[in-house]
Amino acid sequence: MASEAVRSPSRFRPENRVLRAFFQNPLALLGALLIVALVVVAVTAPWVAPHDPLELDLLAPYLPPGSEGHLLGTDNFGRDILSRLIYGSRISLFIGVIVVGIASVVGALLGLVAGYLGGWVDTLIMRAVEIFYAFPFLILVIAVIALFGPSIFNVMWVLGVVSWPVYARLVRAQVLTLRETEYVEAARASGGGAGRIMLRHILPNALTPLLVTATFGIPEAILASAALGFLGLGVQPPTPEWGVMVSEGKDFIRIAPTLIMWPGLAIMLVVVSFNFVGDGLRDALDPRQVER
Amino acid sequence: MLTFIVRRLITMIPVLFGITFITFMLVTFAPGDAISLMLGSETVNVENVERLRTELGLDNPWYIQYRDYMFNLVQGDLGTSIVSQQPVTRQIVERFPNTLLLTVGAMIVALLIALPVGVIAAARRNRPADYGTMFFSVVGVAMPNFWLGLLLIIVFGLQLDWLPIRGMGSLEEGLWDFVSHLILPALTLGTALAAILTRLTRNAMLDVLAEDYVRTARAKGLTSFNILFKHALRNAVMPVVTTAGLQFGALLGGAVITETVFSWPGLGLLSINAIRQRDLPLMQGSVLAFALCFMIATLLVDLLYAVINPRIRYG
Repeated sequence: MASEAVRSPSRFRPENRVLRAFFQNPLALLGALLIVALVVVAVTAPWVAPHDPLELDLLAPYLPPGSEGHLLGTDNFGRDILSRLIYGSRISLFIGVIVVGIASVVGALLGLVAGYLGGWVDTLIMRAVEIFYAFPFLILVIAVIALFGPSIFNVMWVLGVVSWPVYARLVRAQVLTLRETEYVEAARASGGGAGRIMLRHILPNALTPLLVTATFGIPEAILASAALGFLGLGVQPPTPEWGVMVSEGKDFIRIAPTLIMWPGLAIMLVVVSFNFVGDGLRDALDPRQVER
Repeated sequence: MLTFIVRRLITMIPVLFGITFITFMLVTFAPGDAISLMLGSETVNVENVERLRTELGLDNPWYIQYRDYMFNLVQGDLGTSIVSQQPVTRQIVERFPNTLLLTVGAMIVALLIALPVGVIAAARRNRPADYGTMFFSVVGVAMPNFWLGLLLIIVFGLQLDWLPIRGMGSLEEGLWDFVSHLILPALTLGTALAAILTRLTRNAMLDVLAEDYVRTARAKGLTSFNILFKHALRNAVMPVVTTAGLQFGALLGGAVITETVFSWPGLGLLSINAIRQRDLPLMQGSVLAFALCFMIATLLVDLLYAVINPRIRYG
């Protein structure tokens, strides 16, 4: 491509300005560091967790935080809470990423097709979007999961499939403006097929807002899967998913209120981190919208 | 205005069909046989299954079933609950006001927090009060509401013993009984929205406070309370109300969880129990009821905007 040959000196490339704006935002930086730390913990869980998350010790239940060998104490079965939290980070991150992956790919493709082709295809897809929007998100998810049975696999695909309309609407709006630009017209004039124009010329330019929305989509998926775990419709015990941990702890709030504290704090920390990164990305990518 | 309403109602028709079709499909195209789901694993015998199949019309092709489903639906018949043997419609009608009460309560809580706190944060920009507000708005959206509910139960229910933690109060027991039961659930459900609206109020107020007429008001020597709450807030409130309306659906969805935590006898608890007991007709009916509520709420919000802002009518 010609752009390779005439590429401007690297310090003037827009990516650098975006990156610099992002890393100059202290909250975004904090969020990014927390996420990196969390990913490291999740990946190295077997080595950093002090105990097996499923190991029972019925002689030592409800140990308070700070007990010897159990930094955050133990739960009703004497399982080490810190180890369970560490293993839980794997599940939450994994679900968040997969859900957003499914939703954004499905949504982006449908939005692309709807916006570019227009006509009845557009009407059909946008009607489907409206129908999905007509359900309160969690209600639809709960109903579908109830039928297919609760499991981590079902949680991921159901959340993914139900979340696509946001991305479809977003990409379609982008396509509608990009479709009329001169470079797309040029691509069309030089004989580019619809598929090639959509994927090679339009989609890359619609990726920026998609990235921001996807960043906010991960914490939403994590919150939703935790809620499902809490309701008993998500990941099943004894798997140390954070929502499941809160659900298991809720029967013991009179004797050991700290049991529900830690997993809730963990969820909050992850969600805040991703929201900070999302805010930072949005501001960095769109210099007009300055956060006060 | 009439044209706008009619046009808006017409666009609802395909959506309405879509909603009913999805709820219909939830049962008809469910994996495994809906019947064996309903009967549970222990009592599956061929005779029972066949009897129930015929009773529910599940041996017909799906389009016949859908036609029958729609036919019954327009007459307000959503079938009979497997567990309680009562009409689904009646159970939904009984529970619906409770969910409405909870969501409206949550909306009021959210506005009662967001408007004053947002205004004060804007007036005290970049001071401790402002930072505290921003902290709340960050944490408020990140808290899982089932967790917040449990924390409130621990603190205000168990430790301080100030407020009841289960079920709904009744007006016959006095106003306080009624209100006190509502406080914790409404706070649980409304906090995330309060966080969003607080941030929005603050930012809208910052825009408005930079306007000339605010300077004029100041120059006239009005008290800052008057300026903030009478002159400025009135002009900053529109985006806040808009967002509050749009978030009504999120509140309905969150009601499922809040109702479960507090055993609040609403539509959400009804549908969760239906799911746990594998009561398919009841589950199908309550999902449909949620979607219809949501659709009507969206319609009302749209109409309200058209009343407030005439430009929308000709969009």
